[in-house]
Amino acid sequence: MDKLNNQQLLQQLTDHFGEDITRHEEPYGLLTVHTNKERIIELLRFLKESVGFIYLTDITAVHYPEGENTFAIVYHVHNLVENIRVRIKVSIPVSDPKIPSATVVWAGANWMERETYDFFGVQFEGHPDLRRILNMDDMEVFPMRREYPLEDPNRVDKRDFYFGR
Amino acid sequence: MSQITLADRPPGVEGSGFFATTLDKAVGLARANSLWPLPFATSCCGIEFMATMGSTYDLARFGAERPSFSPRQADMLLVMGTIAKKMAPVLKQVYIQMAEPRWVIAVGACASSGGIFDTYSVLQGIDEIIPVDVYVPGCPPRPEAILDGVMRLQDIVKSESLNRRNTPEYKALLEKYGIPTDNG
Amino acid sequence: MSKPITELTSNRPVFEEHDPEEVLTTLNLGPTHPATHGVFQNVLQIDGERIVSGVSTIGYIHRAFEKIAEHRPFYQITPLTDRLNYCSAPINNMGWHMTVEKLLEIEIPKRVQYMRVIVMELARIADHIICNGILGVDTGAFSGFLYLMQEREFIYEIFEEVCGARLTTNIGRIGGFERDFNAVAFTKIEEFVKRFPAVLAEFQELFTRNRIFIERTSNVAAVTPEQALDYSWSGPILRATGVDYDVRVLSPYCSYEEFEFDVPVGTNGDVYDRFMVRNEEMTQSIRIIEQALEKIKGEPKGVFHADVPEFYLPPKEQVYTNMEALIYHFKIVMGEWETPKSEVYHAVEGANGELGFYLIHDGGRTPYRLHFRRPSFINYQMFAPMSSGMLLSDAIINMSSLNVIAGELDA
Repeated sequence: MDKLNNQQLLQQLTDHFGEDITRHEEPYGLLTVHTNKERIIELLRFLKESVGFIYLTDITAVHYPEGENTFAIVYHVHNLVENIRVRIKVSIPVSDPKIPSATVVWAGANWMERETYDFFGVQFEGHPDLRRILNMDDMEVFPMRREYPLEDPNRVDKRDFYFGR
Repeated sequence: MSQITLADRPPGVEGSGFFATTLDKAVGLARANSLWPLPFATSCCGIEFMATMGSTYDLARFGAERPSFSPRQADMLLVMGTIAKKMAPVLKQVYIQMAEPRWVIAVGACASSGGIFDTYSVLQGIDEIIPVDVYVPGCPPRPEAILDGVMRLQDIVKSESLNRRNTPEYKALLEKYGIPTDNG
Repeated sequence: MSKPITELTSNRPVFEEHDPEEVLTTLNLGPTHPATHGVFQNVLQIDGERIVSGVSTIGYIHRAFEKIAEHRPFYQITPLTDRLNYCSAPINNMGWHMTVEKLLEIEIPKRVQYMRVIVMELARIADHIICNGILGVDTGAFSGFLYLMQEREFIYEIFEEVCGARLTTNIGRIGGFERDFNAVAFTKIEEFVKRFPAVLAEFQELFTRNRIFIERTSNVAAVTPEQALDYSWSGPILRATGVDYDVRVLSPYCSYEEFEFDVPVGTNGDVYDRFMVRNEEMTQSIRIIEQALEKIKGEPKGVFHADVPEFYLPPKEQVYTNMEALIYHFKIVMGEWETPKSEVYHAVEGANGELGFYLIHDGGRTPYRLHFRRPSFINYQMFAPMSSGMLLSDAIINMSSLNVIAGELDA
């Protein structure tokens, strides 16, 4: 049997999800499909159970403040037998950052989602234990959102005039 | 046959059958050559400390044979690695638990000043929360640099007054950091 | 011997639960506990010596790498990657360089690739030395650690010869190396390849058939392949369960496909298997280095970087005398280079597993977003659920065998 390639995979996905695969591209040979948050868990489950993408590589998010101010939630999954990876993106608005949790498909999604919540404030619905993981519990902001500065704003020893700004 | 080097004796008055010096100096000599380290290793510098403790560099030569993982029995707190703000209260607690006399070495750029991590989550130097005696530069410092830091601390310990903990300057210093002064 | 895990409980807090007979003790292990070799906190509920449940707290050295990376040009991110898994910093450096090279589509000469392979495999050995040495210390055998540490110092000497630094190496540049390996470096690498197998054999002799060691590690924290894959494990600990997933084989980078080496796998997924897998990987790394040294001899001498003047800093003396070099130097340092707007995921086989770099670039001076897929972070999340039912002393050994590096865990 031939190895599964990006075209066949995309065909399978569009056959099943039709309109819900809104967009796709192939940067550097890695198939990237865009879908929506209503069907993301179904899609991940389909990939895992029917196409053999048993390995969840990573979950993360990207903040795009320009235009509509959205988060892109990015899933990387890997089919270890056919040796093919696929990237799935879901775009959600920052004003209502909710998406179903992938912990029902992979137990390993737990901390990846907690990290994403910690950094961006994305609410993963159905997550068993959505708490901060890396930052302090009493932190009030979600530091990876692009409006927050890198440096601690409370520093007093770092005056702007030392840095010519 | 191993060669045993004896520590130099402190300055004093010598005559036939006696040697007299101040108690400060005698105790300082003893303290300086039996500093028990408490390695508070969080990241990269901790790995270099591991090399310092290991067979090639051997920190034990300086009387620091016994790394004490309990703060109660330690004299020398070696803070190695980044201290995040989440970690800061833990470090302060460890310092408070140490009995007098106690000294602190900030090993590496992160412990000294925050290093390259000028971010919202990293403490910009441990001297924001506890007093520091010796800073060792480097990211991470080489084992030789850590050894040098320990030797500089030995110099401090040797020349220090026996009664440091009761001096008003020292009490004022600790109070500045909000550390209770009555446990020593 | 503790039982293999049959069912994993979820990673939930345990303290709200009522304990009617109050037989359970709550034990706070960490964040500065000496047995954990790093800043991990685990609050465990124990019944005598047996762990009932636990909660992991991490983030004690969270340094906001990903946020810093959004503010740094590409070449300034290399020192950040050093501090991820600082036990094998060169692998991180090379992984990052290769990610950028993939984005910029730079072709790397074969000789540079083999040089990279040598450095990466040395780093893998250095990392496995720490892990297996510490595992020995935790089971009560200190001397093996000291034997291996001397070899690790020798690897650091090689790194010093190649780049000047020991631990956080910042080795190489985007496009190749900053300088060629000198003759001393080659001699030292050859010497290392000759002498290391004997030391490793001596080390293994101390452990592999040692009754105490086997009793302490065999069948401890055994994980099935299904559980490991469900938790997205990777690296030696995944291979110990019997899954032969190695990024070097499945998605070869840096010409790994030209090398002949075996991927060792375990059968049981327990601490003993992880130890054996790491030992065998060290042997395989030596094999790879030997082949790379042989291959380098067939390549043109003196090539140590790709010919990409727009991305690779020119030599300093040319900057002062040559107009073109000065312009390139200025452009590279100021980040005025033509870069595509795209996204790229590149993974390398780090010492702990799949180390991935997910880079989104908008053509600017700095990455738009850089996410590190950190194997320690993902591997460690099974620790608390898998500890329930285990003896406390077994859990400690389990933690050392996972080889969780705090810098990589907390990023």
